[in-house]
Amino acid sequence: MLETKGLTASYGQFKALFGIDIAVAAGECVAIIGANGAGKTTLLRAITGVLRSEPGMILHRGEPIGALPADTILKRGIAMVPEGRRLFPSLSVEENLLIGGQVRRGDGRWTLDSIYTLFPILRERRLSPGTALSGGQQQMVAIGRALMSNPELLLCDEISLGLAPVVIRDIYAALPRIRETGAAVVIVEQDIARALSVADRVYCLMEGRVTLHAAAKGLSRDAIHAAYFGVAA
Amino acid sequence: MIWLDTIVQGLLLGGLYALFAAGLSLVFGIMRLVNLAHGDLIIVAAFTILTITEMSGLNPFLAALIAAPFMFAAGWALQRFVLNRVLGTDILPPLLVTFGLSVALQNGMLEVFSADSQRIRIGALESASISLGSVTVGTLPLLTFGSAVLVIFGLNQIFYKTALGRAFRATSDDVVMASLVGINPKSMFAIASGIAMVTVTIAALYLGMRSNFDPSIGPARLIYAFEAVIIGGVGSLWGTLVGGAIIGVAQTMGAQINPEWQILAGHLAFLAVLIVRPRGLFPRAVD
Repeated sequence: MLETKGLTASYGQFKALFGIDIAVAAGECVAIIGANGAGKTTLLRAITGVLRSEPGMILHRGEPIGALPADTILKRGIAMVPEGRRLFPSLSVEENLLIGGQVRRGDGRWTLDSIYTLFPILRERRLSPGTALSGGQQQMVAIGRALMSNPELLLCDEISLGLAPVVIRDIYAALPRIRETGAAVVIVEQDIARALSVADRVYCLMEGRVTLHAAAKGLSRDAIHAAYFGVAA
Repeated sequence: MIWLDTIVQGLLLGGLYALFAAGLSLVFGIMRLVNLAHGDLIIVAAFTILTITEMSGLNPFLAALIAAPFMFAAGWALQRFVLNRVLGTDILPPLLVTFGLSVALQNGMLEVFSADSQRIRIGALESASISLGSVTVGTLPLLTFGSAVLVIFGLNQIFYKTALGRAFRATSDDVVMASLVGINPKSMFAIASGIAMVTVTIAALYLGMRSNFDPSIGPARLIYAFEAVIIGGVGSLWGTLVGGAIIGVAQTMGAQINPEWQILAGHLAFLAVLIVRPRGLFPRAVD
């Protein structure tokens, strides 16, 4: 469904990605792991159109989308939960969710009600400013906001970052219910064990290159270590 | 009693300043763009209304209704084809472009309409007045103030009660994130500029009916508008109305003491508010 072919990306003179090839099939969950600065967030920024690339470097349903702007890519069904949540401070929780659904694809299952069923606490806090919530609740809003567009591919960037373990567990508990809708999920994570527990396949990035691509199940600790640090354990 | 009268007249004058400022406040609040040609665009709108009334014999209020969609289109096109290209992290390019536009508009109007002073005639309404207890107020200033309240109320409704307003606020908060939820920020900016030009048309209608205007007076209207926005607090529309009222009252009170002090008193009030509340009276929490 989504494919990158020799994807490169730069910030000015600084080249961040060197020929990334990844693929995500419909409905599957793919984890992208790697150390800080490996290029994980850059990869998501390129896919979502925040960072433009060559058209043919990113294919969605076989069509080149690398040069499309972010708002057009969302309309194609690719939504992102960005690192740091980035809720709109002048919008309430409910408005943050509603704005996520401003551009909806078809009559998918995600509505305000179904988001409130997924994360019941948000119903109680719906009139609060989004940024007045705890970190975990803000993350729920950010996920809900992305789901409101009824995406077929949900990209999650570091959704566990800075959250307490019990909160992370709650948030990850929502992933299977998101996948039940048929959406594919890409999670970028530093918490490798957490990522492997939910993913079907895993890619490891190091210094802008893919160093490992394997099924998540049965992946050995040594293989991860080698791909993550570039040296054998 | 004379002071009560002065304050009431000042408040009503403030309505006109709030009308000058409403569009500026909207645009500045959403895209942090200071349009230095804002005052000149008010004069362009005034000449447009004048031309429509003179050519068709229509009532100025109807003429403004006809001018409004054209001004919306002009604002939309200006933003879409010119200003969006220079908006970015550096605030200097849009300032220079709108400054250039201001000069071009003034000279263009001079060429087309000459330097003669003009006025939009409205007949008996020009001198009509209403007695409110011990104070007599002009009907036209009262209409101006009422329109300012309606314009600010309308903009607030759009801003806080509609999906378009939600998208405006989101774009104002975080342009990149707004595009990630499917909003095209440049299209939002163009619509906001179009709406600002509709408020400019309303401001131009009252300016043209209340006083003489010529192609050179735009920049001073910009200053009043800008002061009203800053006094009220950037992004606060009701604050803009309060800002306009403060300048208006300061001006009429200054004029009461000495007619030469009218304009100066308005600027002094602006400076006083800046010293006490540098972010304005009602700053938005996220700014």
